[in-house]
Amino acid sequence: MATREGEVLVEVREVWKAFDIKPVLRGLSLTLGKGTTLAVMGGSGSGKTVLLRICDGLLAPDDGEVYLFGTRIDNLREEQILPVRRRAGYVFQNAALFDSLSVFENVAFPLREHTRLSEGEITDRVHRFLALVGLPGIDDLLPAELSGGMRKRVGIARTLVTEPEVVFFDEPTAGLDPTNSRLVAELIAELRRGVADTAIVVTHDIEFADMVADQMAILYQGRFVETGTPADIHRSANQVVRDFLAGQLREG
Amino acid sequence: MAWAETINRHLRESVVWYGGLGLLAAQVARNLALPPHYFKLVAREIDTIGVRSVTVALTAALFTGMVLALQTAVNMARFGAENYVGPVVALSILRELGPVLTAILVGGKVASGITAELGSMKVTEQIDALRALGVNYVKRLIVPRMMAALIVFPLVTVLADFVGLVGGMIVAVFDREVDPYLYWNTIAYWVVIRDFLTGLVKSLVFGLIVTLIGCYNGLATEGGTEGLGRSTTATVVQVAMGVIISDFFLTKLLLILFW
Repeated sequence: MATREGEVLVEVREVWKAFDIKPVLRGLSLTLGKGTTLAVMGGSGSGKTVLLRICDGLLAPDDGEVYLFGTRIDNLREEQILPVRRRAGYVFQNAALFDSLSVFENVAFPLREHTRLSEGEITDRVHRFLALVGLPGIDDLLPAELSGGMRKRVGIARTLVTEPEVVFFDEPTAGLDPTNSRLVAELIAELRRGVADTAIVVTHDIEFADMVADQMAILYQGRFVETGTPADIHRSANQVVRDFLAGQLREG
Repeated sequence: MAWAETINRHLRESVVWYGGLGLLAAQVARNLALPPHYFKLVAREIDTIGVRSVTVALTAALFTGMVLALQTAVNMARFGAENYVGPVVALSILRELGPVLTAILVGGKVASGITAELGSMKVTEQIDALRALGVNYVKRLIVPRMMAALIVFPLVTVLADFVGLVGGMIVAVFDREVDPYLYWNTIAYWVVIRDFLTGLVKSLVFGLIVTLIGCYNGLATEGGTEGLGRSTTATVVQVAMGVIISDFFLTKLLLILFW
């Protein structure tokens, strides 16, 4: 089921989500077409991660509709979402590597689980993707032995090894030192031209978003206050957007 | 009205807990038939659960058998029934103490281990990572553990039953100078296969309850390492309570059905 240029891969319609009585998303909508990278930006606690989890069906919205590859997933059971979700990839903020498995086994995991590739093919593929994220030769290390930046890159390799049609990145540069943060940003910018051409990137890092995004959206109080190309966002007259860009936005 | 709020909160929490337990049980049942089947994982779980628990369960069984023999021998002599030490020990162990003690001890150990394992996977988002990779986590993490429990708990209970009876015999023979043949003969005469089987049925049910509690509390863990400590402790308490309380109802049910 290959996807065509311009086809809508992710669509969220009027989604509401609250935790206890605290509303996080309030009637938010978005569409993501094939070949587009959307950066969702907002302060911490603005619901960026919640939105990303809803897009991948990891979290169900209270109200509204969510479509992934044209299939409505918000009303499906976990077992029914799985085959749809397999076509998408999710990179977790803290990489979420399986800590009992070596780096190699972590990256090989989705292949062993979902494909019938031979051991040789799996090895080739894992090595290709570890090289792609700039980490060759660390097969036997355990996640606990890696630095934060390395963990994140292994997490990216594990997500991309099955060549997902859309990738969800959760704060890929958060918690990294400037060097590592730039390395990860460059990696994602480079992946855009190859295996991960369609993505939603959640971040509060404006420089990084400028590097990777062709569309941007600013999330504030449960809604997008502004969407558009990076140039549109930088030219925006909206006070919230201006505050955010100036690093002065407070989530109220 | 602080007390009303507290009661309200506790009530809500217990509804959520029992509801969650029930939902997880339903999910497990639904996932049993679905592919893929992780037979290897079941075997691995049997190995971990079994190895983790045999020593504890058997030591407890040995001493329980011994103390039972000691108490019954001395106290039943009061009404001249010293010859019945064997059957009394055997009935208590087979019908009640074998399965219950095994479930509490093995269960406490195994279930808290499961909670810690799944809980740490939960708080580090590894369970979400499985889901995001399109893996059915109930099938992969919960079902193998439940299947393993179905095999391990009855197996360990049978061993504990036997060791308990041997413990009773040791005391009867060496402390009370009962003839060992008399001990086993009276047991063989008075105890029927049904006594043994009801104990086995109990251990099956306990195994499921205990493992389910361990799994649920692991999956429901929230709030980082602190939450992990909380849910592990909760598992130990809930396992013991779960076994003791369900034992009463199960005993009554089995008596109605099979007496």
